[in-house]
Amino acid sequence: MTMTRTKIALLSASAAGLVMSGYAFALPEGVDTVQVTATAKDHPLGELYSGWHFRTPETQALQQDDFENPGFLWVEQGAELWETVDGSEQKSCASCHEDAADTMATAGAQMPKWNEALGKPVNLEQQINLCRSERMGAEPWKWESSELLSMTSFVRNQSRGKPVDVQIDGPMKPWFEKGEALYHTRVGQLDLACVNCHQNYYGQSIRADRLSQGQSNGFPTYRLKWQKIGSLHRRFKGCMDQVRAEPYKVGSDEFLALELYVNWRGQGLPVEAPAVRQ
Amino acid sequence: MGPKFAAGFCLVLSLGVAAAAANAAAIKPQDVVIRDAEVASSLTGSPGNPVEGSKWFKSRKLGNCLACHGNRDQIGEPFHGDIGPPLDGVADRYSEAELRAIMVNAKSVFGPETIMPGFYRILEGQRVREEFQGKPVLTAVQVEDVIAYLKTLKEE
Repeated sequence: MTMTRTKIALLSASAAGLVMSGYAFALPEGVDTVQVTATAKDHPLGELYSGWHFRTPETQALQQDDFENPGFLWVEQGAELWETVDGSEQKSCASCHEDAADTMATAGAQMPKWNEALGKPVNLEQQINLCRSERMGAEPWKWESSELLSMTSFVRNQSRGKPVDVQIDGPMKPWFEKGEALYHTRVGQLDLACVNCHQNYYGQSIRADRLSQGQSNGFPTYRLKWQKIGSLHRRFKGCMDQVRAEPYKVGSDEFLALELYVNWRGQGLPVEAPAVRQ
Repeated sequence: MGPKFAAGFCLVLSLGVAAAAANAAAIKPQDVVIRDAEVASSLTGSPGNPVEGSKWFKSRKLGNCLACHGNRDQIGEPFHGDIGPPLDGVADRYSEAELRAIMVNAKSVFGPETIMPGFYRILEGQRVREEFQGKPVLTAVQVEDVIAYLKTLKEE
């Protein structure tokens, strides 16, 4: 990718974005929309908005250009790790999956996916670690480690622009229903469920924080508050902390079910990873 | 330590002791009876302090009413939320007993779907973080302080 090509693409994307979106800033690089109409039957929302929609112009501008977007530090590290041999089998990701631009073009939009051998869904972090332990003979990476964040960011970035499309029927159904129940369950001393804020009050403000629809299409996301990139499960934990609840563990079945359900709520929104948020 | 400072220190200390005593004597959260969207009498048996209540109203650590409600009386504070209705003139719209019921458990007044937390309830079995278990969001004294402050919010 050359600077010139990107800048020209950016300029035309900016112009198109301005006209089409009505936003003060161009759309985030790599996507053609931040708003889609819900298509699923019984979807609780009419219009689906990426979290980008709710952020300040300054924050939006940081995601507008891959050279400015700090999340790309992790994408670049992930690209290097993709080629790095590790474990007893002396393999890298590329040994099996070759060019990620081809082989990972949609995977990031479709996780979590059903894993027949485990008899449960796995999300992207879990699938990466399954590859490490089972194919590479390497140690799984710790959740939220620099390595796992980088690889997750790199892989999901290959699906940037592709509409989120998770399976919720068949064996996924009970997991979907569990996630839906969690989304509607009040927790913590402040007695709040996800739905209370992110469905009923998105666009409105809690003190300085403007509530989004809680969409997941931008994860892993670089948060200014964190000064680094973070996983969706870390964000779930943050929300539970704020309502003074004991959070579930990252990688837990509860957060996996919630991830599936939240991804479905954003079905059709283009993947933005790595997004930039407040 | 000058005598003035010592006197001030003693005053703060005695206020703290008084608040602790008032909380100890207060009705327990589980014993508060909400009838017809009202709690008739003070949780502590005495009126709250509106100056203190103003502090809890804007404190991000305690009441943080400002997180969700706008309030012209605190226009100097940044970032008023807009989740709930603005509380300008709230004293004209609700009686003290009604304000107390809303503060204690908003769901008993606005219905089970409301987003507003109850500030003098003990919640169990819903993953309350350990440090908050068995505790209401505000103490009885703080609830009465906020009510006393809300009673000053009248339209001109």
